[in-house]
Amino acid sequence: MEWILEPWPWYVAGIGIAVVMVVLMLFEKSFGVSSNLRSICSILGAGYCSDFFKFNWRAQVWNLTFIVGSIIGGFIAHQYLTTDHSIDLNPKTQAALVEKGIENPGSTFLPDEIFGTESAFTAKGFLFLLIGGVLVGFGTRYAGGCTSGHAITGLSNLQLPSLIAVIGFFIGGLVMTHFILPFII
Amino acid sequence: MSKAEIVSWYRIYEMFRFESFHMYGVIGTAVVLGVIFVLTMKILRVRSFRGNPIDYAVKKKSAFRYIIGGTIFGLGWAMTGACPGPMFVLLGKGVFTILIVIFGAVLGTFLYGVLRDKLPH
Repeated sequence: MEWILEPWPWYVAGIGIAVVMVVLMLFEKSFGVSSNLRSICSILGAGYCSDFFKFNWRAQVWNLTFIVGSIIGGFIAHQYLTTDHSIDLNPKTQAALVEKGIENPGSTFLPDEIFGTESAFTAKGFLFLLIGGVLVGFGTRYAGGCTSGHAITGLSNLQLPSLIAVIGFFIGGLVMTHFILPFII
Repeated sequence: MSKAEIVSWYRIYEMFRFESFHMYGVIGTAVVLGVIFVLTMKILRVRSFRGNPIDYAVKKKSAFRYIIGGTIFGLGWAMTGACPGPMFVLLGKGVFTILIVIFGAVLGTFLYGVLRDKLPH
């Protein structure tokens, strides 16, 4: 049972994700997490501001359950199934991060310089996380899906629009990582 | 997602620097298996548990919204190292500052809803 406490290899996650997608299809649902953000807006009353949020979110409750499951899964994995919280990064990535002022990159799941309480509650740190979130929320709805809806479900079904969206994900990600992040972290 | 470290900001950063196979392995395995599953299900005309034909959700044809929306999402993904699923996994892991990102994502979705009619698709 030692393996369960070790980090799992990539193919385990890949197989898991594909199985989740197929099971959802068999239950006449579709695998797409970002739709929940729209449901949350509706629940909070956004229907008063835009017709986009006037839909029967109750039919999406199963998907909200996915979020609840994710929170529980994260909790269990963190509390009971992980002994070593470090990430085995490529030394090149590590060196690049040290150069940018990130201390001990990979020693935990997330850089303290971004997610630590101290940095997140400075004006700059707060805006960084907030703007990042807004871009994710706005972008996924504009593109009609995120990693799960486009990169996994869409590509599995050989959808050209999803391939275009995934190319977009990479354009944005590469621009941010190489041209913008160096100036803001 | 937590156990294979795909909720780690570092993994996303490493992916966009092309310095690790890890994330490509995860997404690649899922897509290759996904294609095989979906094709098999289509050929065998597999029905859902309720006995209905399966809806394979054909995406609307357009390029603009996908490339622009995708790029905007990509910018946010590389910043926060989290797409919508992992955000909630991180919350479960006790990373409470991720709530700022989740709040931002809900706000971003709301902004899209409000501006939708004015945006080119």
